Amino acid sequence: MIPKHDFKKAVRAAINNPYLQQAMETCTVRRTDRVINSLAELKDLKQTRQTAQKIKQYTIDHLDEQLALLSDKLESLGVTVHWAKDARQAREIIIDIAHQHDCRHCVKTKSMTTEEIELTPALNEAGIETIETDLGEYILQLDNDRPSHIITPMIHKSRQEVGQLFQDKLHADYTEEPEELTAIARHHLREKFQQADLGIVGVNFAVAQTGSLVVVENEGNGRMVTARPGVLVGVMGMEKVVPSAKDLAVMLKLYIRSAVGLRLTSYTNIITGPRKSGEIDGPEHLHLVILDNNRSEILAGPYRNLLHCLRCGACLNACPVYRKISGHAYGTVYPGPIGAAITPLLESSNRLSEKLPEFCSLCGACLERCPVMIDLPGLLIQHKRDLIKKNRSSLFYKLVLSVWTWFYSSPARYRFSQKWARHLMRLIARNGWVTFLPPPGSHWTAVRDVPLPKKQLFRDLWKKTNGNP
Amino acid sequence: MDKTKVETTPFQVSLFTTCLTDSFFPDAAIATVRLLRHLGCEVDLPENQICCGQPQFNNGYHDQARKMARNFIDAFAESLCVVSPSASCTAMIRDYYESLFTDDPHYLPLAQELVSKSYEITEFITKILRIDLQTYKPQARGKVTYHYSCHNRGIDIPPQVTIDLINLIDGVEYIPLDKMDQCCGFGGTFAVKMPEISQALVADKAKCILATGADTVVVNDGGCMLNIAGYCHRHNIPVRFVHIAQLLAESLGLLKDLEGQPS
Repeated sequence: MIPKHDFKKAVRAAINNPYLQQAMETCTVRRTDRVINSLAELKDLKQTRQTAQKIKQYTIDHLDEQLALLSDKLESLGVTVHWAKDARQAREIIIDIAHQHDCRHCVKTKSMTTEEIELTPALNEAGIETIETDLGEYILQLDNDRPSHIITPMIHKSRQEVGQLFQDKLHADYTEEPEELTAIARHHLREKFQQADLGIVGVNFAVAQTGSLVVVENEGNGRMVTARPGVLVGVMGMEKVVPSAKDLAVMLKLYIRSAVGLRLTSYTNIITGPRKSGEIDGPEHLHLVILDNNRSEILAGPYRNLLHCLRCGACLNACPVYRKISGHAYGTVYPGPIGAAITPLLESSNRLSEKLPEFCSLCGACLERCPVMIDLPGLLIQHKRDLIKKNRSSLFYKLVLSVWTWFYSSPARYRFSQKWARHLMRLIARNGWVTFLPPPGSHWTAVRDVPLPKKQLFRDLWKKTNGNP
Repeated sequence: MDKTKVETTPFQVSLFTTCLTDSFFPDAAIATVRLLRHLGCEVDLPENQICCGQPQFNNGYHDQARKMARNFIDAFAESLCVVSPSASCTAMIRDYYESLFTDDPHYLPLAQELVSKSYEITEFITKILRIDLQTYKPQARGKVTYHYSCHNRGIDIPPQVTIDLINLIDGVEYIPLDKMDQCCGFGGTFAVKMPEISQALVADKAKCILATGADTVVVNDGGCMLNIAGYCHRHNIPVRFVHIAQLLAESLGLLKDLEGQPS
């Protein structure tokens, strides 16, 4: 999480930013429509989701075994496998690899796992020039900015801002035409690809049976990164393993449609071992870094199903909260419902993350859209339970709910509470509506009125009319 | 659910009013009772019912929620069929009651029984009664739009169920609501715990409602109703909010005595 992140300020800034609100509408609401339509093309969608869920369930239930299989297969192909306990170790391993091969220029694909371990700044600090080559990430890197979505990282940036940025940082003539902006970036990136001696990729799936590392992308930058540099390092969270190529087919089908609403991404890179003799491209040295970073603890507890996540971002696009506040307001690497659920576990020592489970109205849209049906609302409630157990929940709401429960646990007390609520509200009501309530009700009446409760509860009407209301 | 039970003792329904309907929207309960009776059901009202415990559950206070759930289960122990005008409250029972009693051998089977006999009103009419309402010749006037309340998802009631019911009514024009299935921002305590987000969501909902040009908005949940209607009242957006049971009962002439009364 961003140190000292101010949630309230960030939420307000997002909601009061008209450009952002418009962009979010286009990129989340309409994206969700596209996702739904592309999934609807699958004639066995329900069954495919169940199959995918079963594959993930099996994999996570046998994670040690699957990772051992993957590791053995990779070693037999000549790939060096590294196990990173946490973010720091992962960074150290990768920097070591770079030094070992005397690499100076690194190009990388978009990868949330590398964001999680804060890899790019660490490499740059270690003297290895590291360039993000996904267009969105490239722009964010130039601007010292952070992704606000796990798939489409720069929803929050306008093309005018990008034009200005390219003028300032790349000394290009100002333009706000997307094609021209892309051409400028392409020109600069081409040079970086040619220079690069190290490639870093985020691995979407690793197939245990074949030892294949799968990188999906739409821009061709991933193809460059995996084909050109002599040294290639894949980075993945340990949950990204799938047992077989057959399983991969199921996962890809759901992942790509859920992520971008397409049948297939433009590039699906499947890398099986380093370059063999006679091959004209691909890395001579191939490494895979498998990251734990608290995943073992997640595996052992009630949040285990979070490891089923494919990181498709469909839950972000569907989430009403994310749609309004965008990614930065969460202050996390992973925003949206998945971010709210997993960040308190990935950064369990950070107390700021305790606020995240409240970023949810429990509408269930994320669960409905999740390709592997992770019960995110249920897990967010689980977080609240854990905070209560640790005595870290709000005392005020504890009191409110206890009083509420007391009144609502006997019909007589319930009736009494309703009667007095009405009496009190009548004192301040005008024309049958209450326009102001004391805190925390003031948050409600800031933009809404409250109708005065009816003179007679329905249950009293029922009695009075002998059950003929 | 246990189909044979419903079929051998047909149409004996216990109304689960829900607390918001009990005090804020009794007209929706009146309409539900009259509609069910009109369609051939017998309706009773178990008097010990209070609240399903959803606010406590959603805030993580599961001991408190369990206490309320036990009262609730006891209140409906004798019922054959429990029908409510709220998907949210029905979803609380259907999706979570079992999980509250996994370690309680006495209440677990009782909770499971309640789960198997609980329905939301629109699914009860369309899936259980399976009555062709068209034969009752419902008639009304007006432009009607519909907000899909979130918790319908949790109990597998798609938006089309209510839309089809609206379209059955002769003389009514149904106008789809943009982002019909986007949360209105209510979310119980969410509305006051995360006020800015909740306010932005309800403003978005009202904007979409206004864009339809509809004069009537169907909302089948007390929480959403309180939120959206409260916002529209504050902002002078002149639309009428009704539960689908009200719209149907009205279109069948069952609410004539209530017309003209302040709602």
